Amino acid sequence: MYDIQDYQEALTLSEAAETLARNPRMRIIAGGTDLLIKLHGGQIEAAELLSIRKIEALSHIEKMPDGAIGIGPLATFTQITQDPVIKTDIPILAEAAVSMGGPQIRNIATIGGNVCNGATSADSASSLLALEAELTLISSRGTRVLPISEFYLGPGKVDLRAGELLTEIRILPQHYVGFGGHYIKFAMRKAMDIATLGVAVLCKLETGNILAEVKIGLGVAGPTPLRCLEAEAYAAGKVISMDVLNEVGRLAIRSAKARTSWRASKEYREHLIQELVPRALREAIVQAGGGEIA
Amino acid sequence: MRKKIAMTVNGKVESFEVDVRDSLLEVLRNTLGYTGVKKGCGVGECGACSVLIDGVPIDSCIYLAVWADGKTILTIEGVAQDGELSPVQQAFVDKGAVQCGFCTPGLVLTTTALAESGQEYTKDELKRELSGHFCRCTGYQNIFKAAEKAIETCRHDGSCGNHHPADHHHDQEKQEGSE
Repeated sequence: MYDIQDYQEALTLSEAAETLARNPRMRIIAGGTDLLIKLHGGQIEAAELLSIRKIEALSHIEKMPDGAIGIGPLATFTQITQDPVIKTDIPILAEAAVSMGGPQIRNIATIGGNVCNGATSADSASSLLALEAELTLISSRGTRVLPISEFYLGPGKVDLRAGELLTEIRILPQHYVGFGGHYIKFAMRKAMDIATLGVAVLCKLETGNILAEVKIGLGVAGPTPLRCLEAEAYAAGKVISMDVLNEVGRLAIRSAKARTSWRASKEYREHLIQELVPRALREAIVQAGGGEIA
Repeated sequence: MRKKIAMTVNGKVESFEVDVRDSLLEVLRNTLGYTGVKKGCGVGECGACSVLIDGVPIDSCIYLAVWADGKTILTIEGVAQDGELSPVQQAFVDKGAVQCGFCTPGLVLTTTALAESGQEYTKDELKRELSGHFCRCTGYQNIFKAAEKAIETCRHDGSCGNHHPADHHHDQEKQEGSE
């Protein structure tokens, strides 16, 4: 039995927004795979829950005429893993989604929950950062749109204000069209494990074997998921070589704020960044139409 | 706080009040007596409590009972038909895939969902689909062989018996579960 004091079910978005406005203490529950575990562990007590599970408008995955891909926060990891648009246009998100938990968890856990819980180890986060996803947040006061990089404030802390609800994750065409990508989850087990490091890399090539643009998202490399802007700036315009890739890996460590936890030491995490960022970039180059690097 | 819900469990319509604090696992075991649904870790890691909800494997320990309103649930008690083992159960027997048996209900149900999907799975894909179940006797090799055999049998026969939850229109006597 969970320590639930109140449980409400919203059927529409406006109903959810009104209920939240009346009682900002209410916590939103969707898949429940994080929240119920926190309740089980006693990290949350006497929860007042607002379920958004029945709001059908929030589980879409669709490509708009302008090429933007809209993902409803209630889309499950299984849905994301299997969706043809995501598999074709932004496969690094499908790769990240299938690495999360196990099948039963993926069948119910939602991407909105993964984002809003703000864990640095959220498997979707590094891909969404590399894809420069935009988040639409609504409340009874109105709507705001925020780049995902500004959403993460600290460990488990996100810029979700009182009464606000995430209604869409949007990937704009300029952030994925023409890019090749690769995602690597490094963990101790192949399933049912939390990442020691998550690496999502996107790149775009120019003729002459040149890196036009590189975007690197890391999970568990700091208190929040983060981008490696210094390494990205260095990579832009460089002729592809193993030396350049290794330097990108070295510079990626400078953006990271790795720390020692019981899962891995700071030194080991930095070693992983140095190794896995070039490895992911190497595969991203192939995906973008470039050649294998000897 | 209580809410009235109605759900179909193993072909039988159940309508009753649940406490909003209850998990589906607690209701299935304690209210309805389906003790074939096992409580393992209680936090969605071990898969012992897996049931099929509208044909999809879900950990019932981290699924609120109120969410089951209007759903069709299949537990291990509903898999055998008229005393006959399903092809999936038979494959688990034939391949010696049962040791202590605690993980078996969940694994049989997940395998049933895979077999009924009609899809083909590579070895790697099948391992991934079974990865949400812990077997502490570590009988994984035989479990894997049983799942392979079950899926093949069902593909060959074009069906997996008639235990798809959607096909359950007749009332079915609840079987005695094992504690």
